[in-house]
Amino acid sequence: MNTKSYAIGQIPDMVPPIASVGFIGWFRKNLFSSWVNSVLTLFSLWLLYLTIPPMIDWMLVNANFSGTTKQDCTNTGACWPFVSSHIDQFFYGFYPQAERWRVDITILLLIGLMIPLFIKKFPYKGITAAVALFIYPVVAFFLLVGGSFGLPVVETSLWGGFSLTLVISVVGIVTSLPIGIVLALGRRSNMPTIRSICTVFIELWRGVPLITVLFMSSVMLPLFLPEGVNFDKLLRALIGVSLFAAAYMAEVVRGGLQAIPKGQFEGAMSLGLSYWKTMSFIILPQALKYVIPSIVSTFIGLFKDTTLVLIIGLFDFLGIVQTASTDPKWLGMAVEGYVFTALVYGVFCFAMSQYSQAIERKLDTGHKKR
Amino acid sequence: MNTDSTPLPKVPKKSVWNNPKFRSLFFQAIVLVATVAFGISIFHNTSVNLETRGIATGFDFLSTTAGFGIIQHFIPYTEESTYGATFLVGLINTIVVSALGIILATILGVIVGIARLSKNWLIAKLAAVYIEIFRNIPLLLQIFFWYFVVLRNLPSPRQSVSFVGGFFLNNRGIYSPSPVTHDGFSYIVWAVILAFVLIFFIKRWADKRQEATGQQFHTFYVSLVILVILPLLAAVATGFPLTWDKPALSGFNFKGGMVIIPEFAALLLSLVIYTASFMAETVRAGIESVAHGQTEAAYALGLRPNSTLRLVILPQALRVIIPPMTSEFLNLTKNSSLATAIAYPDLVAVFAGTTLNQTGQAIEIIAMTMAVYLSISLLISAVMNWYNASVALVER
Repeated sequence: MNTKSYAIGQIPDMVPPIASVGFIGWFRKNLFSSWVNSVLTLFSLWLLYLTIPPMIDWMLVNANFSGTTKQDCTNTGACWPFVSSHIDQFFYGFYPQAERWRVDITILLLIGLMIPLFIKKFPYKGITAAVALFIYPVVAFFLLVGGSFGLPVVETSLWGGFSLTLVISVVGIVTSLPIGIVLALGRRSNMPTIRSICTVFIELWRGVPLITVLFMSSVMLPLFLPEGVNFDKLLRALIGVSLFAAAYMAEVVRGGLQAIPKGQFEGAMSLGLSYWKTMSFIILPQALKYVIPSIVSTFIGLFKDTTLVLIIGLFDFLGIVQTASTDPKWLGMAVEGYVFTALVYGVFCFAMSQYSQAIERKLDTGHKKR
Repeated sequence: MNTDSTPLPKVPKKSVWNNPKFRSLFFQAIVLVATVAFGISIFHNTSVNLETRGIATGFDFLSTTAGFGIIQHFIPYTEESTYGATFLVGLINTIVVSALGIILATILGVIVGIARLSKNWLIAKLAAVYIEIFRNIPLLLQIFFWYFVVLRNLPSPRQSVSFVGGFFLNNRGIYSPSPVTHDGFSYIVWAVILAFVLIFFIKRWADKRQEATGQQFHTFYVSLVILVILPLLAAVATGFPLTWDKPALSGFNFKGGMVIIPEFAALLLSLVIYTASFMAETVRAGIESVAHGQTEAAYALGLRPNSTLRLVILPQALRVIIPPMTSEFLNLTKNSSLATAIAYPDLVAVFAGTTLNQTGQAIEIIAMTMAVYLSISLLISAVMNWYNASVALVER
C-alpha cells in the first residue's frame, strides 16, 4: 500500500496556467475576455491613436513656448506666447497696473484662511471659519473697491479676469449658504405663510435659467429701485447669482433636514431647547454634515456658472480670454485660449470634488446604511 | 403618610407671549406684512420709473412688427412678422433643441454610464476620463469651443466636405437632402400608424399568452416585419410619392435641401456632451445601488447576462436613476438658454435679447420668458413624476 502522505505542505502547489496570471493573465481578464471585449479594446486603442498623438504633438512637441508676438510662433503647434503675454490680463482684467497688489493681497489672505481647512489638527478651525465668513469679506471689499484708508477707488467696470471669477464665486458661496439655510428651515416650518413664501421663492428661482436671472438683475432691478438709487452692474449680477445659488442650496439643505430622524427633534424638545437652539445645536450640525458632498457640488456648479456673466457684459475669466482672442494682433489663437481656460477650470473643479470626497470619508461615522 | 406638604408655589400668570399659537400667528403676520410692503414698494418704484423713462406697459407690443429676421424658423416668419411671432419662433427653437438634446444626451449618458462599469479595463477608464473632463469644464466654454473653433473653421461652401447621398459640411452648416412629398403620401403615414396599432395589439396578445401558458412569441421580429412591410406596400401601391431635394452649389452658397445651422449644431453637441457626463454618473450610481446578490440570483436561475441586465438590474436601478435624471433633463432645458452667447435664435436670444432691446419693455418680456421656462420645468417634472410612479416599487 502506498504510504505517501498528502498532508498540506508536503507537495508543492502546482503553478497556475501561464495564461491566467501575471501580465498575460491581466490582459486576458481585463481587455480580451470575450470577442466583444476584444473588438471594443481594439476600437478604443484605435480612437486613442487617432486623438492622443496629434494632441500631444500640438500641445507640446510642435508648440511654441517663447516669444512675445504672434510672429514668434513659427512652429506648427500651439502658440503659447498668446497665453503667456496675456497672463496678467487673464488674471487681473483691466485692474490698474499700480493697484494690482491689492488683488494679490486679497487672494493671498483667502488662501491663508483656506489652508487651515486642509490641516487636520489645526486647533482654531472655528475662529478661522468665523474670520473667513465675517471679517474677510469686509477687508476684501475695502481692499478691492478702495475709496478709504488712502486707497484710490477702482471702478468695478475695470475688474475682470480670473480675479473677478473668484470674487463672484466667493460672494455667491458665502451668501448663498446662510440664505439657503434660512429658506430650507422656512420651507420645513409649521407656519403656513412662511412655508408657502419660501416654497414659492425656491421653486421660482430653480425653475428658470441663470441667464434670465442675470438679465432680470441687469434690466429689471434698476426699475425696482426707488429713483436716485443705483447699483452698479457687478453688484446687480452678484445679487442675481447669490439668490439663484441660495435657492439651490436651500433644496440641498432641506435634503439634509429630511434625513434627520424625528427622535432628534423630540429629544431636543424634551430638553427644553427653543426652536433656534434645537436647530443650531442639534439639527443643523448633523443635517449639514449629511449634505457636504452636495453642498460642494453646488459650489462647483456655481463656480462654472459664473462664466455666464460675460453675457451681460462683465469680463470674467472666459470673457477676457474671449476678448483677447479677438485682438487683431493675435487672431486665430482662440484654441490656445480655450484650452488654457479649460485647464484652469478643470483643475479647480476636479480639486474641489476630490476635497469633497475626502471630507465625506473623514466625516463618515459609520452610521450610513450599507 | 405625610399629608402636610408645603403649599404649591403660585403658578405665575401665563403671558400671552408664551402661547405657541399666538407666537406663530404673530410671526406670520409680521412676515406677511413685510412681504406685502416689499411688493408694494417695488410696484410703486417700478411704475414711477416706467413713467419717468417713458416706457410703455402692457402686451400691445406683441402685435407690432418686429422688423428683424431670424435664421432658423419652423413656422413661417419674415421681417414683417410681429413680436408675437418672434416669441413663438424662439419658443419652438428652444423646444426643438431641448427635446433633441434630452433624447441624445440620455442615449449617450446611458452608454457611458454602462461603459464606466464595464469589465473591460480600457473602456471603463476611457468612460471615467470622459466624465471627469466634460463635467469639470464650464458649458459655455464648450459651446464656444465647438462654435468658434470647430464649426467656424470648416471650409467655405465652395470647398465643402461632401458625403455620399447629397450631404455637405461647411462653415454655413450641415446640408442634407430634404424630402418632398407628392400626392398619396398620406397613405404611407396612415400605414405607419396602422402598423403601430397592430404591434400594440400583438404585444398585448403575446404578453397575455405568455402569462397564461408560458409560451413565448417573437414579438420583436414580428413587429419589425410589420413596421417595414406595411409602409412599403403603401409606397408601392401609391407609386413612391416621395422624392429628395438635394442641395446644390449655386454661386457662393447652397440652394435647396435642408440645412442645420452651425449655431444649432454647436449648441446641441455641447449640451449633449456636457449633460451626458452627468447622466453617466447617475446611471452608474443607479446600477451600483442594486445589490450584487440580485445578479448572482439571476445567474443562478440561468438568466444570461443580457437578460439579467434588462429584466433584473435595470428595473431596480431605474427607481434610483429617474429622480436625478429628471433634474438633468431640467438642467439641459435651462442650459439651452446659453444659445444666446452664440446667437442661436432661441427664446432668450430673440425675445429676451433682441425684442427687449428694441421695445425696452423689460418687465413683460422677462416675465413671459421666465413663465415659459417655469412651465416647461413643471411639465417635465409632471411627466417624469408620472413615469417614476409607474416604475416605483409596488409594496403591500
